[in-house]
Amino acid sequence: MKTLYESDFIVIRDEIRCIRCKVCVRQCANEVHQYDEEDDRVIAENSRCVGCHRCVTLCPTKAITIIRNPLDFRENYQWTARAIKDIYKQAETGGILLTGMGNDKEYPIYWDRLLINASQVTNPSIDPLREPMELKTFIGRKPEKLEFDNYGRLITEIPPQLELEVPIMFSAMSFGSISINACESLARASVEVGTFWNTGEGGLHKKLYPYKERAIVQCASGRFGVDVEYLNAGSAIEIKIGQGAKPGIGGHLPGEKVGEEVSQTRMIPIGTDAISPAPHHDIYSIEDLRQLIYALKEAVNYKKPVGVKIAAVHNVSAIASGIARAGADYIAIDGFRGGTGAAPTRIRDNVGIPVELALASVDTRLREEGLRNQISLIVGGSIRNSADVIKAIALGADAVYIATSALVALGCHLCQNCHTGKCNWGIATQDPNLVKRLNPDIGAKRASNLLKAWSHEIKEMLGGMGINALESLRGNRLMLRGVGLNEKELEILGIKHAGEGI
Amino acid sequence: MELKTKKRIYPKEDVCIGCHLCEIYCILAHSGTRDLIKAFKKLDKPSPRVLVEEKDGYYITFALQCRHCDDPLCIKACITGAMHRDENTGYIICDEERCVGCWSCILVCPYGAIRRSEDGKAVSKCDLCIEKGNPVCVENCPNEALELKELEDLA
Repeated sequence: MKTLYESDFIVIRDEIRCIRCKVCVRQCANEVHQYDEEDDRVIAENSRCVGCHRCVTLCPTKAITIIRNPLDFRENYQWTARAIKDIYKQAETGGILLTGMGNDKEYPIYWDRLLINASQVTNPSIDPLREPMELKTFIGRKPEKLEFDNYGRLITEIPPQLELEVPIMFSAMSFGSISINACESLARASVEVGTFWNTGEGGLHKKLYPYKERAIVQCASGRFGVDVEYLNAGSAIEIKIGQGAKPGIGGHLPGEKVGEEVSQTRMIPIGTDAISPAPHHDIYSIEDLRQLIYALKEAVNYKKPVGVKIAAVHNVSAIASGIARAGADYIAIDGFRGGTGAAPTRIRDNVGIPVELALASVDTRLREEGLRNQISLIVGGSIRNSADVIKAIALGADAVYIATSALVALGCHLCQNCHTGKCNWGIATQDPNLVKRLNPDIGAKRASNLLKAWSHEIKEMLGGMGINALESLRGNRLMLRGVGLNEKELEILGIKHAGEGI
Repeated sequence: MELKTKKRIYPKEDVCIGCHLCEIYCILAHSGTRDLIKAFKKLDKPSPRVLVEEKDGYYITFALQCRHCDDPLCIKACITGAMHRDENTGYIICDEERCVGCWSCILVCPYGAIRRSEDGKAVSKCDLCIEKGNPVCVENCPNEALELKELEDLA
């Protein structure tokens, strides 16, 4: 069938600068660049280009640039080029549209409508270069009250906690969805910075056992890679109910990606599809969830926190309340902008709610019900920078999860083609030729640099507010003001509009 | 006693991405210009002194250059004395003025690290960028798959 789908990108090569070194030819897994011996020039097949910039970055003479195809559709407000192209694709394949990364549609980004306060005259700001600034965060159930004996020693037993040096963790990405080198980069960065990485539903690869002290191990609907050794390896266990990019549906790692390593780690035969069902088939209620939480706690002798990850959906605050009552130690809420290795485009772009609103409503609900101290709150799915982190903490989060930002630090260019397995940056692929492209020495450095940079910025902003410990900002919504938000949005976020005083 | 170099460039084959940029920057470094585009336009463009070893169907690739052996067969085989050990650095260097192109060194090098120069008149081999400080292949590897180490560093 003749395709009606014109290429998304056009490769522009400066013929004067091109030295025919063929680096682009060797580097493009999509086989865009080809060397024509007869004419001694490199030519490009634009239709295969995904705009990942691997060739642009590695071209030694900077001879390549890539632009969006300027071809104008006869589009209108209703029928955008994207809407038209999606129909062409489906008319030609008859299949569900697949994509990677998170929701990229023009929904409001509440982080950008929130502004942070600072001290002036009546209260002094703090200079973090001169005075100590505390970012330490504990994730886990906090006791109702603390009791001390006559000598002032603590006698209350403190439930298991995760101790974080920065309030930022790497969220769940399985070995399978990302490469072993990507997993190792994040694991090593977590060890260096003092935070946690998350195995996702991929099991714990043998190579990653040295970093297990800094791992949160996930137990999801497919139960891949789960045994008692795995559960006891990590520092916490996370039950994955849902994912922001695809709430309500499961996962599917195609058989061709299940090579020897993935097969061993996931504990499934080589070449079989790894299908994570949409629901956990043993969880149909909060009571069932409680059973699983306590089964897992029992398996680790009540030594490790057990959390539950859910996607931000309409009834999120009631669900969160149920999770707290079911005995979880933390709730991770994944917003609709959260990334994925593969999701149906329509679900990614239309299901779920913004995590800012989910966070505010969950925090409010848990406070109202007197449950907030019983459970820690982690949010993820849209955190792009340190200001987003600060705003999340002020809205009530204990810590945040980052994944897309972490992968961007490793080299991801957001081409949204994770599901093809041909990631030119060695991140979302299992092809050994491509995996090598991510050197874990470099990856670990880049990921830890990102966390260090953000923590410097967080300290600067805290100092500006006159706060010297992150704990004092947590849930302190008076430090936020909204701009351009309506009454309802302000009410849900629990903040005042910019210009309103205390 | 003869000064022997302990410096070697070590490839890390598990992160070599087979881009051949080491070869490209090697050509530049020995071209007499500082501009890549000019270097590649030259008719007498030098040949690279580092070679990326690869085989279709295998995913292992690595960049190989002269090992600067302690007991170099190339020096023994050289009929004119062109191949010699530099007195100051201990690197094994070919004096291209004296090389007559008999290719004896190419025949005996156990690593295949010596090649004919582009003009076919002499051999060219890695000089560890003797005039530049750090070897350009190491400096320019995008994935840090080449490392210059002294033998003592190796535990």
